[in-house]
Amino acid sequence: MTVPRESLIVQVVTRLMVPMIQIFAFYVIFHGHYSPGGGFQGGALLAGSVLVQRVVFGLQRSEAAFAYRLGVPFGVLGALIYFLIGIVPQLSGGNFLDYDELPIPGLGAVMLRNTGILLIEIGVAFAVMGVLISIFDQLAGADEGDDSTSENGRWT
Amino acid sequence: MRRLRRTLVKLLLALVGVVMLYAGTGLPIPGDPTSPTATHVSDTYIEEAYKDTKTDNIVTVVLGDYRSFDTFGEVLVVFTAGMACYFVLVGHRPNRPGGTST
Repeated sequence: MTVPRESLIVQVVTRLMVPMIQIFAFYVIFHGHYSPGGGFQGGALLAGSVLVQRVVFGLQRSEAAFAYRLGVPFGVLGALIYFLIGIVPQLSGGNFLDYDELPIPGLGAVMLRNTGILLIEIGVAFAVMGVLISIFDQLAGADEGDDSTSENGRWT
Repeated sequence: MRRLRRTLVKLLLALVGVVMLYAGTGLPIPGDPTSPTATHVSDTYIEEAYKDTKTDNIVTVVLGDYRSFDTFGEVLVVFTAGMACYFVLVGHRPNRPGGTST
């Protein structure tokens, strides 16, 4: 494959689009209680906002947005958030993932369930985002450093 | 011999297909309001979802609350896929300090 030349139009449009994609991703995650959406979709959008930068700007310049080392830790963090939200109610006497028993003061059982759903959606979003980005980075050979990238840090 | 085996496999597949089709006739028609799924679980979800969680989106309630075990499994599937890619693509690369070279 030939090395794509830098296109000013693509770069400017990407810069404009990335914040929009990220805002929409957070909307999808946090508005999932009231409209279609949730952690999976929002996480995929967040990953997409990083991946479009990877493709357009190359690894070196897009590492400032999301370091390639962070992909796997984000996946672990997301699964861990979900697991902790599940295990914490068990420690205070409930069942696994029984949000009624979450130790958050000032909330009734109904609002606790509401909050529990939101928290696990955030965990799901972290996991999906981290895993998608890490898979892309590994397939693109990001960890090989200079071997797989041309002189301007762009994958060939 | 090989021809015979192929014919046998085809016959077996056809037989399994016939059995599946026959079993399919016993399933309730999609959208049937008197089917077991539409008379117990669905009604409860639709009636109780907002009361239980103050969340308008019933899909979110089913995904995040009633079936949160299932969603946990889904997250673990995604996570496992990521880990599998990590170990296949990164762990076995030659000439790397951490990788097992071949």
